[in-house]
Amino acid sequence: MSDVQLDPRVPAGPIQEKWDQHKFDMKLVAPHNRRRFKVIVVGTGLAGGAAAATLGELGYDVHAFTFHDSPRRAHSIAAQGGINAAKNYKGDGDSIYRLFYDTVKGGDFRAREANVYRLAQVSVDIIDQCVAQGVPFAREYGGLLDNRSFGGSQVSRTFYARGQTGQQLLLGAYQALAQQIGKGAVTTHPRTEMLDVVVKDGRAVGIVTRNLHTGAIESHSAHAVVLATGGYGNVFYLSTNAKACNVTAAWRAHKKGALFANPCFTQIHPTCIPASDDFQSKLTLMSESLRNDGRVWIPEKMDDTRAPADIPEAERDYLLERRYPAFGNLVPRDIASRAIKLEVDAGRGVGPLKNGVYLDFGASVDRLGGDVIRARYDNLFEMYERITDENPYGQPMRIYPAVHYTMGGLWVDYELQTNVPGLFCAGEANFSDHGANRLGASALMQGLSDGYFVLPYTVPNYLAPLLGEAVVPTDDRAFVEAERSVRQQTERFLSIGGTKTVDHFHRELGRIMWDNCGMARSEASLEKAISEIPALEEEFWKDLRVLGSAEDLNQGLEKAGRVADFFELGLLMCKDALHREESCGGHFRLEHQTEEGEARRNDDDFAYAAAWGWTGKGQEPALHKEPLEFEHVHLAQRSYK
Amino acid sequence: MSKTLNLTLKVWRQARAASPGALEIYDVRDISEDMSFLEMLDILNDRLSGEGKEPIAFEHDCREGICGSCGMMINGQAHGPQRGTATCQLHMRKFADGDTIVVEPWRAAAFPVVKDLVVNRSSLDRIVEAGGYITVSAGAAPEANLTPVPKDASDAAFDAAACIGCGACVAACPNSAGQLFTAAKLMHLNLLPQGQPERWQRAENMVDTMEEYFGSCTNHGECEEACPKSISIDYIALMNKDYIKAKRKNRKLSGQR
Repeated sequence: MSDVQLDPRVPAGPIQEKWDQHKFDMKLVAPHNRRRFKVIVVGTGLAGGAAAATLGELGYDVHAFTFHDSPRRAHSIAAQGGINAAKNYKGDGDSIYRLFYDTVKGGDFRAREANVYRLAQVSVDIIDQCVAQGVPFAREYGGLLDNRSFGGSQVSRTFYARGQTGQQLLLGAYQALAQQIGKGAVTTHPRTEMLDVVVKDGRAVGIVTRNLHTGAIESHSAHAVVLATGGYGNVFYLSTNAKACNVTAAWRAHKKGALFANPCFTQIHPTCIPASDDFQSKLTLMSESLRNDGRVWIPEKMDDTRAPADIPEAERDYLLERRYPAFGNLVPRDIASRAIKLEVDAGRGVGPLKNGVYLDFGASVDRLGGDVIRARYDNLFEMYERITDENPYGQPMRIYPAVHYTMGGLWVDYELQTNVPGLFCAGEANFSDHGANRLGASALMQGLSDGYFVLPYTVPNYLAPLLGEAVVPTDDRAFVEAERSVRQQTERFLSIGGTKTVDHFHRELGRIMWDNCGMARSEASLEKAISEIPALEEEFWKDLRVLGSAEDLNQGLEKAGRVADFFELGLLMCKDALHREESCGGHFRLEHQTEEGEARRNDDDFAYAAAWGWTGKGQEPALHKEPLEFEHVHLAQRSYK
Repeated sequence: MSKTLNLTLKVWRQARAASPGALEIYDVRDISEDMSFLEMLDILNDRLSGEGKEPIAFEHDCREGICGSCGMMINGQAHGPQRGTATCQLHMRKFADGDTIVVEPWRAAAFPVVKDLVVNRSSLDRIVEAGGYITVSAGAAPEANLTPVPKDASDAAFDAAACIGCGACVAACPNSAGQLFTAAKLMHLNLLPQGQPERWQRAENMVDTMEEYFGSCTNHGECEEACPKSISIDYIALMNKDYIKAKRKNRKLSGQR
């Protein structure tokens, strides 16, 4: 691994001109030649769906893979709040430069400036594209688009579609993809899970998949492979991710040589419904947009058992407004989560398990009227009531932070290419744009930016010199070996014949990760996790029970493969967190905090992206550093006071 | 503490598409009323695995009522007894201690059973592929605020666009008709200014494709009752209107063919 070259390939020139100049400099493929290139896209969420649709429309022979039954079910669908864009429709001082600035600062100075600038630049095109596709964004009575504000910013730049923005954007991308499928430009492979990347002579040349209905293990070759397979928050078992979200595609690519960057940067979202019991299978997010009109508070008095409505104003502690007067309830997610955790840890939480704080809409209802609040958030309020049996129009919500998003992912250069040529990575699965903390409404922006506006330029730049080269045949040794190892793993799961279910191990792993590598980490907790994870993993391989066969739909078998990868990833996350002797964004080390309990970065030693190389099972991973330079946004301790 | 329930479940088990299936009976005990329906099935599956029996296969993913993966007939009702609620958002407090609950897959010719409660709904994708989109190349779109959209039109389009594609409308329909799904997908686009250029072609193509797979609508209205997003059957009327108009217009546009 020592020969890995970590070149971000950021184009020269002023930051405002880099992308335009680079688009001109990149090589093109003429329309009549595009059909000769086969491109595999794994994942059909915002990034993958948009990339597959756009590359298909350009004329490439695109094959889109999803483990869902339809591309429309990718987890992008569950994003609620909105999507940022520097349109400045509100005339409140927004600009591309400000969105860029806010995103770098919000990410606690651990993102690559050039990528973030490009993201801010294309954000305006995304809104145009989506509106033209028929995405029903919220509008004002004059018929023009409405905006709201989100955490970490003092302007209103968030476009939204009720509380279902992700759904509507994904349907837009899915419909664009469906059009290409209908025309025969894109071939879909639903219910097909990628289980390995095939690398030959240092290049990605295809993938190995399992058909989830028939169990068939199959090889697919291509000129380039795009992974857009989402984040790995489910390593914690309980998260706001959909149940099937996993790291498998990215992890198997990692084991084939792709570097995995900043795995410890995980985002804990402040406003989720607190867990109610042990049987809980997932946590449910309540959109950050609620913090526009909801105020976070706890009773001043410890163990106050009065109903919230009976607690007078003077006896409430509006903790975010108290700590951060300038941004108030709209501080970034990492800041809000930690403030809430501090109070709950101190025993000041509310609810039957004292594991939450109030999010109160009373003042907004009084000011704006119930109808306005209903129009903005009704579907979220309904969802809350279904889950908790409490009516948030009548009493405040109870919320608590939960794992929501992972900023880390496969290391990619400016063109979103991993260090393995021909292997690209987009959306949440890569590490690129959010640094150590993602701002609200920026995930949808990044997914669509990567898919509609970046990969359709950068993938052809890689393909152009390969004109005339045939794809590697699937009976090549590289494919045969990859297929064999996938088959072996499948058989191994079925043959262990132990006593415990996959879910049991997943839950246990999640507990280790949450307790030791969650919202606050310390040297001691991380070392504890680093010793406990391999022990649990060993037990997994000895005592796992997977029933059924490999030849048909077997959900236990699917889960086993994903949890096996979570063990290895979890260990790397802890090692990454241990090595990073600073606190930044979502990574909070107890040893590194200010007297007021805020994160203390160490820019002298850690202003870099940590890209880890796989060196073999049980071996120490190899660390490669990409230094981060901040020419435009000056390194400073973040302050939201 | 929350109350607990003891229940009798009758669950459809079917090993694969071609093999026969049957209802199997399971007693489940000490189910908290705060559990979701799927968490109750998780608990049952855990127990079955412990007994060396294959767990019940069922579709689920987001468990927030938005991805449209889950769906089963619960006591003969698509998504169960709570209106406007997908199976994953249904909680056990809607049931009483001692209840018997019958759980079956979606029943429709267009949705063949894959295994247990899992069905193949790809026929829904075929309808969208036939025309459920607006043609716009990435980068070709005009400035977003160039075309104001009246708020009412936007809201009406949204109410249709809320469809999660779960297939409950088809499962609830005595004819296994796909009208509510198709109407929701079609009218979302046909009600917006951006959807006008392709409006008539879209209507004809989507409806004709729907009819290849699904039964006919005879206005029972069961689909609206079952829809987890409470999409109104008014959209079916709008679709029918567009379809009839489209047939005439398209013939005219193609030179009286």
